[in-house]
Amino acid sequence: MTVRDALNTALDEEMSADPKVFLMGEEVGEYQGAYKITKGLLDKYGPERVLDTPITEAGFTGIGVGAAYHGLKPVIEFMTFNFSMQAIDHIINSAAKSNYMSAGQMSVPIVFRGPNGAASGVGAQHSHCYAVWYASCPGLKVLAPYSSEDARGLLKAAIRDPDPVVFLENELLYGETFPVSAEVLDSSFCLPIGKAKIEKEGKDVTITAFSKMVGYALKAAEILAKDGISAEVINLRSIRPLDRNTINASVRKTNRLVTVEEGFPQHGVGAEICASVVEESFGYLDAPVERIAGADVPMPYAANLERLAVPQVEDISRNHLISGISEMYMWDPCYYWGGTAH
Amino acid sequence: MASASSFSATKFTQPLPLNGTTSRSHDKHQSFFDPLRTTPSSSSFLGSTRKLRLSSASKLKLLANPNRRSAVVAVSDVVKEKKAKSTTNLLITKEEGLVVYEDMILGRAFEDMCAQMYYRGKMFGFVHLYNGQEAVSTGFIKLLKREDSVVSTYRDHVHALSKGVPARAVMSELFGKTTGCCRGQGGSMHMFSKEHNLIGGFAFIGEGIPVATGAAFSSKYRREVLKEADCDHVTLAFFGDGTCNNGQFFECLNMAALWKLPIVFVVENNLWAIGMSHMRATSDPEIWKKGPAFGMPGVHVDGMDVLKVREVAKEAIGRARRGEGPTLVECETYRFRGHSLADPDELRDPAEKAHYAARDPITALKKYMIENSLASEAELKAIEKKIDEVVEDAVEFADESPHPSRSQLLENVFADPKGFGIGPDGRYRCEDPKFTEGTAHV
Repeated sequence: MTVRDALNTALDEEMSADPKVFLMGEEVGEYQGAYKITKGLLDKYGPERVLDTPITEAGFTGIGVGAAYHGLKPVIEFMTFNFSMQAIDHIINSAAKSNYMSAGQMSVPIVFRGPNGAASGVGAQHSHCYAVWYASCPGLKVLAPYSSEDARGLLKAAIRDPDPVVFLENELLYGETFPVSAEVLDSSFCLPIGKAKIEKEGKDVTITAFSKMVGYALKAAEILAKDGISAEVINLRSIRPLDRNTINASVRKTNRLVTVEEGFPQHGVGAEICASVVEESFGYLDAPVERIAGADVPMPYAANLERLAVPQVEDISRNHLISGISEMYMWDPCYYWGGTAH
Repeated sequence: MASASSFSATKFTQPLPLNGTTSRSHDKHQSFFDPLRTTPSSSSFLGSTRKLRLSSASKLKLLANPNRRSAVVAVSDVVKEKKAKSTTNLLITKEEGLVVYEDMILGRAFEDMCAQMYYRGKMFGFVHLYNGQEAVSTGFIKLLKREDSVVSTYRDHVHALSKGVPARAVMSELFGKTTGCCRGQGGSMHMFSKEHNLIGGFAFIGEGIPVATGAAFSSKYRREVLKEADCDHVTLAFFGDGTCNNGQFFECLNMAALWKLPIVFVVENNLWAIGMSHMRATSDPEIWKKGPAFGMPGVHVDGMDVLKVREVAKEAIGRARRGEGPTLVECETYRFRGHSLADPDELRDPAEKAHYAARDPITALKKYMIENSLASEAELKAIEKKIDEVVEDAVEFADESPHPSRSQLLENVFADPKGFGIGPDGRYRCEDPKFTEGTAHV
């Protein structure tokens, strides 16, 4: 099953199960979704529940939030999360904070979804990863699926959840196929929010990743296995709440930690994970923690520069902490921040 | 109030083609969100607009006066027609008049008390008072049903009171006490009451407009999709003149008209966005004109005259309730105090302040009721006394109420108290083996 079909079937099933669920966004209806995630849903549910909006992120996101105040369950699609910047006031101020400000009177059951992070050749304004932006805000839940199982289980969980959920997809994963079990295909399938998944068990080093980087981490683990290094790969699934227990338990077993993300290094997801491990499992670490992150620059357009700006499989597998190579690789954040090559 | 200059030819009281059976039954056959829906250009609202445009040259001269005092456009035609047709010759019944008077007195007395309490250190932060604008809140909100929604701004205390939130609950919220309508977690700018369908309290310019539009959307969705046939709930979005230069205003006028949502956009044009004069901020200061630009009626009303506001509000709310779509109403009003209690209010001309102070909406209503023998001086005095007691009681109640407990700090981050919020130990509840027991009380 492709990730695209996983998302599409999850939306379909949740709309079918609950008439309060509706979709709103640019090109979600007649165009069938800019990335075809909403394909067929207009025909099935009609224009009252699959709403093509004008190009007005602030407007339709706020409308979604207002509808959620009144008990509907909107799923707001951003054509890309880069456009959510036009509506971030409503995600942060109107959605995330209302339950608290109203002392629990106004819950906001809404899902903000769409592709996030780097795609390919689309330049700086269309390649930003917003995981940490939203994950730093109390009142939001932030999910990032990797596989088809993740996409189905987490999107269904997000729609059923009574709180605002930011659901970060990845354009380059939409067409990828993953094997799925019968359980995953069942319409009752749902994944818990706030729980990470150990994609591959290992004993020598813990690698954390989310979204597309989980695939890279798994490939890196295969390469490392050939050198006799057993890597444990954790698919975070939920950026907020962050499954600190699973991460720390793994690090206490492997005694080493490498974090991987496409976003920027400063104040990144890796930074938060490192802080958690240093706070809770410092005594178990046999080596300094390592962060592999996107280069600390706006995304360049040129294909060769773009490739250099996001982590690649070999950056993970050849990381000096894991492989024992002494030289520092460019993915070490010091490289970018110091501006000097080692 | 009878002295307000007459300009507008808005004829609410005349049967609108829009309201006619032909037009409505036609609409029934149209798709709920039919983007091709044509604007009912035969509406006398829009007809009146054209008339106004013709005289725009002379009007603009008036508007060039920064005080805009002579440009107060009223719906006096409505008033005159009503007078001509009505057997009683009155715009309001005694009972209605007393309710309206009491609500306006409550708004005024409450806010005056807020100022006192602020200067005594009982409340803190930004406190924006509503003095002078009472005719708008009372004129609109008192016509609503409980199920109807109100979305307000940071100047929200009086909207909350008009919507029925008890003075005690609002005052306690301002004192930051646990008995406040949001347990002290919202504050002056964030009043919510689910019970009264007051859905904020938004501190950012323009932020409340899409939320209100979404509330109106949900009314329509419930009727059309969830088949709750009796769901005719209307939403009022209140905001100021400064907001009308913000993009969210335009985005939502468009979508509300496009989807024919049951909403009234109520502009409280008090002529000043903090220290920025409306005349200095807006290319065409006649905000109501933006309604017809989006295919909805735009109306200008004297916001210092609660009876005129009521007439306009009745028509606009009725339109929304009948499923005929949104209306933009510009209420020209004035705030008698600074932007907030922290504003030294040095930019507004004392002559301008005096001009509007002389048009105090409460004094005007009082005069009307007494002159028309709707109420005696003594009856109105009794209301004032009663409200003084209500406000005194609210202060006492707030003062004696407990501060929120330490444990409250981490509650209500998420809807489900047993969910993924943070527990008293600072850890996510889902990490705590006992989290299913829940600790938050709502």
